[in-house]
Amino acid sequence: MANAQKSETNNHRLLKSNNSSSKKNEGRGKFLVFTSAVIVIIATIAITVFLGYKGIRTFFVYDVSLWNFLTTTGWDGTENSGAFAFIFGSFAVTFLAALFAAPLGIGSAIFMTEIAKKWGQKFLQPVIEILVGIPSVVYGLIGVTVIVPLIRNHVGGLGFSLLAGMIVVGVMILPTITSISADAIKAIPSDIKDASYGLGATRWQTIYKVIIPAALPSLMTAIVLGMARAFGEALAVQMVIGNVKGLPESLLDSAATLTSIITLDMPHTTYGSVHNSLLWSLGLILLIMSYVFIIIIRFVSSRRKI
Amino acid sequence: MDNHTYNVENLNLWYGNNQALYEIKMDIPENEVTAIIGPSGCGKSTFLKTLNRMVEMVPGVKLSGDINYYGNNIFRSGYHPEELRTKVGMVFQHPNPFPKSIYENVAFGAKIQGIRKKSVLDEMVEKSLKQAAIWDEVKDRLNSNAMGLSGGQQQRVCIARAIATQPDVILMDEPTSALDPISTLRVEELIQELKEHYTIIIVTHNMQQASRVSDRTAFFLNGELVEYDNTDRIFSNPQDRRTEDYISGKFG
Ligand SMILES: Nc1ncnc2c1ncn2[C@@H]1O[C@H](COP(=O)(O)OP(=O)(O)OP(=O)(O)O)[C@@H](O)[C@H]1O
Ligand SMILES: [Mg+2]
Repeated sequence: MANAQKSETNNHRLLKSNNSSSKKNEGRGKFLVFTSAVIVIIATIAITVFLGYKGIRTFFVYDVSLWNFLTTTGWDGTENSGAFAFIFGSFAVTFLAALFAAPLGIGSAIFMTEIAKKWGQKFLQPVIEILVGIPSVVYGLIGVTVIVPLIRNHVGGLGFSLLAGMIVVGVMILPTITSISADAIKAIPSDIKDASYGLGATRWQTIYKVIIPAALPSLMTAIVLGMARAFGEALAVQMVIGNVKGLPESLLDSAATLTSIITLDMPHTTYGSVHNSLLWSLGLILLIMSYVFIIIIRFVSSRRKI
Repeated sequence: MDNHTYNVENLNLWYGNNQALYEIKMDIPENEVTAIIGPSGCGKSTFLKTLNRMVEMVPGVKLSGDINYYGNNIFRSGYHPEELRTKVGMVFQHPNPFPKSIYENVAFGAKIQGIRKKSVLDEMVEKSLKQAAIWDEVKDRLNSNAMGLSGGQQQRVCIARAIATQPDVILMDEPTSALDPISTLRVEELIQELKEHYTIIIVTHNMQQASRVSDRTAFFLNGELVEYDNTDRIFSNPQDRRTEDYISGKFG
């Protein structure tokens, strides 16, 4: 059907192709898409080069030791600053958030695609789509007004903590993971589910042994995409994590992440100072990590079996 | 050979408000091949899927009547469809291996039932693949993905998968319709070998296939069982005019 339509439009084009105005249109269209593609590529390269240049200067111009920078803590804006606490903070928030959001997200994806199809598609799916679109500052606000006091009063500590960051970012990436997982599960052909039921498997056995394994590469992609979003999130994290520059010792301790330090410190540095340059280096780490996430996503989705 | 695997009594089935089966009454003998023929949409697949209760997974299905499986009513409350399906295997129209290794495909049913012992599984996988006449082609690549096999090979792996749980019955819904003539021939030969151990019920659109492989043939039309008799008789001397018309290709 779609094919037939396509070939019809193709025929249309063939018939009209000696018409010079449509030829001109065709050329203009080609030019437009080509230009867009080039702009996107140039922008990506420019950002990478610019950030690379700015980030590397710290180590060549200001003689900061790369090793020191990556492995020590203590952040005072001088050549002796170490970013390990923030690198740790970013990874901790990312992994903890994923740990929280992945089972919940995949669970609700299974629920809305396999268990309560009607209800899931009528009600849960739109809710999830709305959640994806809520700006992160709103999640941060809710975190500050609900999660932080809750932790302070019922768990302990100041409330501003890794735990709060984990929950807020976890909730934030939950809809992303859920909707991508749901799409992945819906894409599993029903005939292998029939095969499973036909062999005497129960619904749960079918979910565990057939649906999840078949969807696994896509589910991994969903998790990594969620993690990439968590790693880059600045605002919501900054609002609840406490922004303490030392290494946290427990989930209830305040901490800081690469992004929260950049947004907090940037206004207080002068252009060309070491401190400013150090922040560019943090940015470079973020960029490198986003490349790493993309490579991981490419790798896992290339292992898709169906 | 008077034993019956199934006694179907006054079976009616509705998809929502559309009735798809009317008062089906049919005794299916043990260790024979029963073919089900009839024009498209007459209820063949529906009937086949009631025999292992897969049809109940379609939302809005209603049933009345009885199906006795070795004397037990399969609709009796407390009779688990999963339990029935371990004894009644099914082979589908399109080969549908899991995206897993050949070994895992064949071992699936046994693992579902909690069999974990490697030596038991190994033996069962080999035996089933041999019975399905595909062992020689795949014995060196048991750990490679079953999706990488040809359609005919996949279908025989699916047959091996269905017989690995040692069912009593194998239901086949147009098992060769997606296969080339040579693969079809192999599956037909296989059916002949399998009927020694299994009751086989096969839906087919292919008259020659029905007459080649089956002992008994049932002709369905518009959800009714028109005629059910020995295959020889159905094809040489049908009692009902509609059967004769269908077999001679006047409609369908
Ligand atoms: N899932 C379903 N929901 C609603 N109606 C259905 C469903 N499956 C089948 N039917 C209807 O039930 C009737 C019998 O269908 P069935 O699939 O059993 O026919 P069939 O004899 O197997 O046909 P074919 O030879 O084309 O496979 C048809 O009228 C069909 O439209
Ligand atoms: Mg059918």
